Amino acid sequence: MSKIEIKNVYKIFGNNPSKVLPMVQEGATKEEILEETGHTVGLDNVSLSIEEGETFVCMGLSGSGKSTLIRHINRLIDPTAGAVLVEGTNVMDLDQKKLIEFRRHKMSMVFQRFGLFPHKTVIENVGYGLEVQGQKLEERNKVAMEKIEAVGLNGFEHQYPNQLSGGMQQRVGLARALATNTDIMLMDEAFSALDPLIRSDMQKQLIDLQSKLKKTIVFITHDLDESLKLGDHIGILNHGKLVQVGTPIDIIMKPADDYVAAFVKDVNRAKVIKAKIIMKPANSSDGIDKSNLIKVGEDQFIDEFLPKVVCSNANCEVVDKEGNTKGYLTEKELSKALTKEHMANAVKSVQ
Amino acid sequence: MKKYKTYLKYFIYSAIFVFVIIISYRSARPRYKPEHYTDIFKDFSWLNDWPKWLDFPLMQPLNSGFDWLIVKYGLFFESINYFLLSMYTTMKNSIVGLPWPIVIALVVLITYYASGKKTETTVLVAFCTFFLGFLSPRYWDKSIMTTCIVVIGMFLCIVIGIPVGIAMARNKKLRNALLPVLDLMQTIPSFCYLIPGILLFGLGAVPAIIAIFVYAVPPLIRLTDLGIRLVDKEVIEASEAFGASRKQTLWGVQIPLALPNIMQGVNQCTMMSLAMVVIASMIGTRGIGDEVLLGLQQLNVGMATEAGIAIVLLAIIFDRITQSYGEKIQERTHPKKKVDL
Repeated sequence: MSKIEIKNVYKIFGNNPSKVLPMVQEGATKEEILEETGHTVGLDNVSLSIEEGETFVCMGLSGSGKSTLIRHINRLIDPTAGAVLVEGTNVMDLDQKKLIEFRRHKMSMVFQRFGLFPHKTVIENVGYGLEVQGQKLEERNKVAMEKIEAVGLNGFEHQYPNQLSGGMQQRVGLARALATNTDIMLMDEAFSALDPLIRSDMQKQLIDLQSKLKKTIVFITHDLDESLKLGDHIGILNHGKLVQVGTPIDIIMKPADDYVAAFVKDVNRAKVIKAKIIMKPANSSDGIDKSNLIKVGEDQFIDEFLPKVVCSNANCEVVDKEGNTKGYLTEKELSKALTKEHMANAVKSVQ
Repeated sequence: MKKYKTYLKYFIYSAIFVFVIIISYRSARPRYKPEHYTDIFKDFSWLNDWPKWLDFPLMQPLNSGFDWLIVKYGLFFESINYFLLSMYTTMKNSIVGLPWPIVIALVVLITYYASGKKTETTVLVAFCTFFLGFLSPRYWDKSIMTTCIVVIGMFLCIVIGIPVGIAMARNKKLRNALLPVLDLMQTIPSFCYLIPGILLFGLGAVPAIIAIFVYAVPPLIRLTDLGIRLVDKEVIEASEAFGASRKQTLWGVQIPLALPNIMQGVNQCTMMSLAMVVIASMIGTRGIGDEVLLGLQQLNVGMATEAGIAIVLLAIIFDRITQSYGEKIQERTHPKKKVDL
């Protein structure tokens, strides 16, 4: 069973969404609906499932409905139609009391503009989830201090949020989400408001934390590089429709349509593709010159060993962590992986 | 579908309008009416001057309604009157009974702690308090009376106004229903409720307190409503996402963040109360306002101005105390950014 399952969710904003729903289900476009009824289609038949322990990145341009989607998971927004299952329970069936319990214990959220409480200190902010659960001050301060240390903010616990820089504020947001120790973390454009250096820093921190905690993370972003870096699976939204779901490699190698293709056009593929994906397996490595080999880890990105290959003009031997040979890489595979898209583009421009 | 609904709305409005016109025609006295209603459609001279039959008879039902209210619910108003009056007299007598240096000391203490230990504000308020008696000993007791009326009026405003403002912010329908009422309360001339106030509550302090409530509560309600609605949406979302109930969100997030605005409302409310209590002296409310009235009646400009100055001093005292308390809260809920060294 998947951790989170979203089944045929529609969301229509306006005065009378249920009246408009049949039109959307019959396939009218967002523009037609807006023209005829004045309603805005937020989500159009979105279905996806997110497995336990993975980072699922939901990507799309602004207005594509990604923030709306994430708010359906903890029901900050009610869907017009469809079901959202978290660990098998339909979120829509919960009454007000159960919904509150559900939000307290099942998931936490990080916000784009941090959503910190300006009248509470850092430690009070981090402990807020525990406070609404009704835990005692001492207990929640203890947990909050642990999380503050985990995100590296020791010494700032009695400051107010607006006395901190943007990156530090988002760390408080992250610590607050960690403090309730929920299985699921929803991150709504969590790093989008940060400048690039701090952003990559935070991404690294999230990856480190995730490797230890193994939470189910739903991450929203409009930045492709970020989604490739963090995501185990990526879902791409366009105008409220889910266009493609797949691993980062799927998205780059086999874009489902022009929209996705346009998205991935400028990606530095060497930074995304790992050696094990393009290697020739060891059992079918006949005819490869093995006299001059460089050892390459199977999880290394092409970017990391490419300079060595170019300088020494050698072939690569791909090994796993124990040092067993898994396969080989020659110039042929590398050039194929790196230029496929350029060729595709060239063909397209000729046509 | 949507268009059909708006047409229906217009139809209902026009039906009501026609109904009102028929009522006004039927209720008009015979000599103002044409002999037969068909005359209206033959002779159009009534288009030039506003016809005498075309008015809506509000005065009669309002008068009888007011009489009915006094007869039927007199006891209810009497009990309100008794409650407020006893509150007022106890408060006034206990303060008037105190030696004046102690009263000044009390005011200084209140200011000092309300302003978050600001010496400047405290000194200013202390001087203003001293000058009230210094200006003329007559003003001392009268200022206390005025203050008591204002404080009780404020108490009513806060107890009713803030919850109503919060309810308004959380319920759009209630807001739409209450906004015209607030408009009415703010625009209706004060004598329109001062005089009926005398009929309901008798002369003295109580109609002044009621008038203060009517006059001063709208800005408090409006600013509370605005303050609650201005709280950052994402902050509220964050609170909900962590499983806060509506009550927890209200008390833990919305009210603390709206407090600076609410305090601004309280400050406005105080100033308007003071303005009203001066006007209320014209319906026999005792206090510093009747010195102004007396001066004007005797064409004694000096006396009126002197009393005016006393009112200004009183206003400064109220304003500084509430304002500095608001600033203190502002600092607590919206801490200033630290300067990087």
